[in-house]
Amino acid sequence: MNWHEIINFEDYGALLALVQNSIIAGAVLGLVGGLAGTFVIMRDLAFAVHGISELSFAGAAAALLFGASVAGGSIAGALVAAALIGVLGSRARDRGSVIGVLMPFGLGLGVLFLSLYEGRAANKFGLLTGQIVAIDTPRLSWLLATSAAVLVCLAVMWRPLSFASLDPHVAAARGVPVRLLSPAFMLVLGLAVAVSVQVVGALLVLALICTPAAAAVRVSASPVVVPLLSAALATVSVVGGILLSVGSSIPVSPYVTTISFTLYGVCRAVGAVRKRRGWTTRRPSPRLDTVRSPGAL
Amino acid sequence: MISLRDAVLSYGDRTLWRLDLDVEAGEFLVVVGSNGSGKTSLLKVLLGLRRLSSGTVTVNGRPPRRGSDIVGYVPQHRAVVPHTPLRARDLVRLGIDGHRWGLPLPRSRPRSGARHRVEAVLRDVGAETFADVPLDLLSGGELQRVRVAQALATDPRLLLCDEPLLSLDAEHQRIVAELVDRRRREHGTTVVFVTHELDPVLPLADRVLDVGAAVVS
Repeated sequence: MNWHEIINFEDYGALLALVQNSIIAGAVLGLVGGLAGTFVIMRDLAFAVHGISELSFAGAAAALLFGASVAGGSIAGALVAAALIGVLGSRARDRGSVIGVLMPFGLGLGVLFLSLYEGRAANKFGLLTGQIVAIDTPRLSWLLATSAAVLVCLAVMWRPLSFASLDPHVAAARGVPVRLLSPAFMLVLGLAVAVSVQVVGALLVLALICTPAAAAVRVSASPVVVPLLSAALATVSVVGGILLSVGSSIPVSPYVTTISFTLYGVCRAVGAVRKRRGWTTRRPSPRLDTVRSPGAL
Repeated sequence: MISLRDAVLSYGDRTLWRLDLDVEAGEFLVVVGSNGSGKTSLLKVLLGLRRLSSGTVTVNGRPPRRGSDIVGYVPQHRAVVPHTPLRARDLVRLGIDGHRWGLPLPRSRPRSGARHRVEAVLRDVGAETFADVPLDLLSGGELQRVRVAQALATDPRLLLCDEPLLSLDAEHQRIVAELVDRRRREHGTTVVFVTHELDPVLPLADRVLDVGAAVVS
């Protein structure tokens, strides 16, 4: 093994110019993955993210085989998966098994399309494990447009979606269209997964959409701090991963997953300290059952 | 406050209940009935989430409307997904503006009273000491107090409680039932309290409705 294959900063400046598109893409993906990830944690959808990414991979592989747009293929695959999971697995209890059925089917289809494909091998491998040099300007525009759509949708549905994720019954009683929001979020998540697949690859999407948010909720429970921190952690992971992988012959994904996992570890440690320092302790208080005098209302 | 006339709810051929009922402002109505007798469906009708099969229903003189500010809803206890990034005060806040589209940006809303309102209702249910504790670290009893606070956040005139005492210990059942009753006594809020646990609410109830038998006693 040669360490120069893993980290090598010779001609770094020149190489950096080549991956400028990827760095922009990475920064935007971090934002998308980190924000969408917050709801993935709240709605317990990590497995769904993985399922969607496998079908997104199948869609991208089919597009590669038939000479269509790989970005379009990955989005189509992801939306089909998100719709199927949304419809067949609307109840949380069914969802796991529906995803468990869809996932190997998607992966199988993807492998089939790839083995029929006779083009460059790097294209094949890239769909599974990520690629950074492949992001040309038209593809970057696709990616930015899709990401913008995801961010706008998330911004619009943020508050009612938080409410519906926490307490669907109360949210419905308060007039939140819970039945509409749940599939709507699945589709938005599908888009987020599809854009991530194109950079970090189908197998490693969770490092972008789940890990940063899972790390953020370890150190804070503030509904403002958590999404911002999650987006920051995801961006650091992707952009950092790209910067490190530029000088090496190894795909981008191990760098991204390693950074993101390390950050998760750090957040867990910080969270454990925070808990011990009294996250759970209450302010000094009157006894729990004290019924207070009339007043405040 | 509530008026049901020849109100019938049925699923297909099966009639769940047929009710003629008037509930006065400030009344505490306890609703009991076996599983599947349509207790929760009655609340859904009052919330405007379900239509009657026949007959009429009015709340405060009008047909029920989804998301009305004059109706508060206290659900049964459910555990929160671990590490949900919300604290007790955020749950109460959702009761005020959680149904609105958009981002929960701090201090961007013209309704600047919302924050004070959250403090006030938290204080009122004795939850101010754990207002900043993450929801998944609250005990079941604490969480239910916060949910009562959430239901009170819009200053409702009708409080609908859907088995809020379920899976609480006796002590907290009493505390939660008394919080609801105190609100009724101090503000004349009408209470419809669906429960399997009669003991904690029987001393507070004005009337008990058995939906299974559709008898008001």
